[in-house]
Amino acid sequence: MPKSAEKNINKLVVAGREFESRLIIGTGKYKTYQENADALVASGADMITVAVRRVNLSNPAEPMLVDFIDPKKYTFLPNTAGCFTGEDAVRTLRLAREAGGWDLVKLEVLSDPKHLYPDMEETMRAAKMLIDDGFEVMVYCTDDPVFAKKLEDMGCAAIMPLGAPIGSGLGIQNPLNIQFIVEQSSVPVIVDAGVGTASDAAMAMELGCDGVLMNTAIAAAQDPIRMAEAMKHAVIAGREAFLAGRMDKKHYATPSSPLAKEGMISTPDSP
Amino acid sequence: MNLVINGQDYHDIPVGITVAGLLDHLELPRKKIAVERNMEIVPKSTFDSAVLSDGDRLEIIHFIGGG
Repeated sequence: MPKSAEKNINKLVVAGREFESRLIIGTGKYKTYQENADALVASGADMITVAVRRVNLSNPAEPMLVDFIDPKKYTFLPNTAGCFTGEDAVRTLRLAREAGGWDLVKLEVLSDPKHLYPDMEETMRAAKMLIDDGFEVMVYCTDDPVFAKKLEDMGCAAIMPLGAPIGSGLGIQNPLNIQFIVEQSSVPVIVDAGVGTASDAAMAMELGCDGVLMNTAIAAAQDPIRMAEAMKHAVIAGREAFLAGRMDKKHYATPSSPLAKEGMISTPDSP
Repeated sequence: MNLVINGQDYHDIPVGITVAGLLDHLELPRKKIAVERNMEIVPKSTFDSAVLSDGDRLEIIHFIGGG
């Protein structure tokens, strides 16, 4: 069995915390917080990503995310979306820690809005600052095994390479790199970004990833709640297939039923 | 006194107001937010005792949907 499969067969464990589901969902882009909450139930996820923003002072009675999704029931994973420097990321997550009281966070330091690729130089710097400040860092990163290793060595709690650009729904563009990262890592590897449909999530899990994080694939589906449930099954199916160990690929057919003449019914006209 | 809250200027804030008093004044639910004062976190446990000063810059945040 591959090394990553031995890590934990049944549960996702990040920074010593156990999660029933290997699916983590985002909470952006839903039509309403209610739809978001319904999709969360359908997905079976127990961890969600959230963003940190200024409260609307002109309308303090505006509904808040926590009115619909209970932080006592689900693990909120605050992100650093919108931060372009390590200092901004640390400042944002310190506020998140005070708002939520937990230290498990998602670091993402983005670059060009066109592709939203992680700025790895700044991500590395921010990760170090956060770890030094006592955070458990789940880090969004490129699918570069070299950077992934550096982030793990630095002490990140989970490595979260992109499958494809954020919100693109293109699926895993470089399965070979994801596989390299899975094989070398002793902390959880979670594909974050790029999943478009259930087969993409299953593929991530078949490659041996420990989990999948997605937002747009569910939120932008025609029926987000149904897609959330599809993703739940996809992640379970992909994980089970990985643990089962797939058959070898062959270039030619091998029959599933015996082809020998013996035992076959026949008619007088049969050749 | 004057405060800058989430980048907006606020005038005529009573002198001696605490963070808790300000949150009540702004009608914000203190359980759902976090406060930063002049780049430093104000722990929730000190909301009742933390007295604000003229010119303080505050950030008041909450969680919203995000990926």
